[in-house]
Amino acid sequence: MSATGTVARHRGAFRRLLAVEARLAWREPVALVWGVGLPVVLVLIFGNISAFREVLPGSGGLTVLDAYLPVLVMVVLAMLGLVGLPVPLATYRELGVLRRMSTTPVHPSWVLGAQLVVNLAMAAVAVALVLGVGMALGAQLPSQALGFALALVLATATLFTLGLCVAAMARTARAAAAVGNALFFPLAFFGGLWLPQPVMPEVLQRISGYTPTGAAVQAMTSTVQGSFPSLASLLVMGGYAVVFAVVAVRTFRWE
Amino acid sequence: MSVVTVEGLRKTYGDLVAVRDIDLAVEAGEVFGILGPNGAGKTTTVECVAGLRAPDAGRIEVLGLDPATDSDRLHEQVGVQQQQGALPPKLRVGEALELYAGFYRDAEDPRRLAATLGLTDRWDAPYRVLSGGQKQRVSIALALVGRPRLAILDELTTGLDPAARRETWGLIRSMRDQGVTVVLVTHSMEEAGELCDRVALIDHGRVVAAGTPARLAHEHGGGTRMSFRPTGTIEDAVLTGLPSVRRVVRDGDRIAVTGDPEAVVDVVLALDRVGVRPADLEVASGTLDDAFLALTGHRFHEAEDGGPR
Repeated sequence: MSATGTVARHRGAFRRLLAVEARLAWREPVALVWGVGLPVVLVLIFGNISAFREVLPGSGGLTVLDAYLPVLVMVVLAMLGLVGLPVPLATYRELGVLRRMSTTPVHPSWVLGAQLVVNLAMAAVAVALVLGVGMALGAQLPSQALGFALALVLATATLFTLGLCVAAMARTARAAAAVGNALFFPLAFFGGLWLPQPVMPEVLQRISGYTPTGAAVQAMTSTVQGSFPSLASLLVMGGYAVVFAVVAVRTFRWE
Repeated sequence: MSVVTVEGLRKTYGDLVAVRDIDLAVEAGEVFGILGPNGAGKTTTVECVAGLRAPDAGRIEVLGLDPATDSDRLHEQVGVQQQQGALPPKLRVGEALELYAGFYRDAEDPRRLAATLGLTDRWDAPYRVLSGGQKQRVSIALALVGRPRLAILDELTTGLDPAARRETWGLIRSMRDQGVTVVLVTHSMEEAGELCDRVALIDHGRVVAAGTPARLAHEHGGGTRMSFRPTGTIEDAVLTGLPSVRRVVRDGDRIAVTGDPEAVVDVVLALDRVGVRPADLEVASGTLDDAFLALTGHRFHEAEDGGPR
């Protein structure tokens, strides 16, 4: 068997694994409902509340709807990263799917790879929908495209690596779901889901800037205001991503 | 030719010695049983053979490969069905078979495999709705889809109803008939006796005896026992003089004889020569259970409480 033949076979196997994971994500649509459906529905609702068209005090001229778009992008990434990614992985480990796979020529890390691709694809679609629907309803989009892209990549890296830590530490699917949700609510709070950052009390604003989600929303909000994200917010996200990645790699077990 | 050779295998988990010292040799084309109580070290042994765990000491060779360093090539040729290996509940049978077929260089046609295992009409069924027997058949299918030369099946029929067990046994026989070497891990004496060409009896991380089930039962199971009521008077010497008879005990009007398997015929013929018939004749041969008791000093199922896994 030539090396190229092996590569082609592996590529075929990964494509098949990807198709299976995508179908399973469709059949068990928790991530789809909460990570894609919920944020899009929230944009639709917020965009039709007239109070959300008023300028948010302290935001530098953004309307409430404008300020919420980065928050909803954060919700997409947090839901998919903290629940969409780790719950299937913990389920597979609990059921012995990963163990079974380790007896085949294909390493179980491929399942992790396929899950990453599926969740990243869902995230891309959901972010596009949140921004598209927001724009259609008159929200201001990020005008600093490069800065927004950078903030998006770092926010995704931070929340997805945190999700891998959840998958590494949770022994069961239920535990993964419980931990993922338990992390989601405080993180979404600091990201401004209930109280947008500009109207948070000063202490909360400060703390928020040091959380992964707060830093993400801060960075993305700057790009809506037309400026490049602050170095601090990028460093906070990058720092968390590195720490979470190291923890995940050190603690992840296939069985 | 040996398909699996294990010499001096030892594996510990912290303070727990799972496998103390195990030697095995599995020949090509046989069904080899690894038989022992829960916690005897069976699963750890086959996990080392399958390259899923690294032994602490000892040498393992499987199809000429070292499982610890050559697991990629090993996994192409060895199919493994593990205990508690489930699939995602909403994955369909056909999807699972096609997915796993794609993992191997020279895979079996999934549709044909499904037909062989009686899963054709469950092709589109999600895993979660399958019966226990069907789930086991899917598991066997996944172990066989890569056309392995060696199949390792761990507690294959545990939890199945008797009909599904018999059905699964039939599948293992046909597997062997197709030339696949099978290593069967079981804690069922009945299963080992029924299916295995040879078995290794394992207790507390050691092989206590190995051989064909019949030979182990005869050699260590206390031999063949018969008891009867003679229709006439008979001297003990008539029976004790027979080379196949080991022991003669009188109990009221009954006589109990222990000996080799041939003792039954020898005794009946000896009685006939003196004109006596053995009425109410009962014959029992030694079982693997008896052999286990004789070899370890404890009953098979007593051993299941506690002890290293």
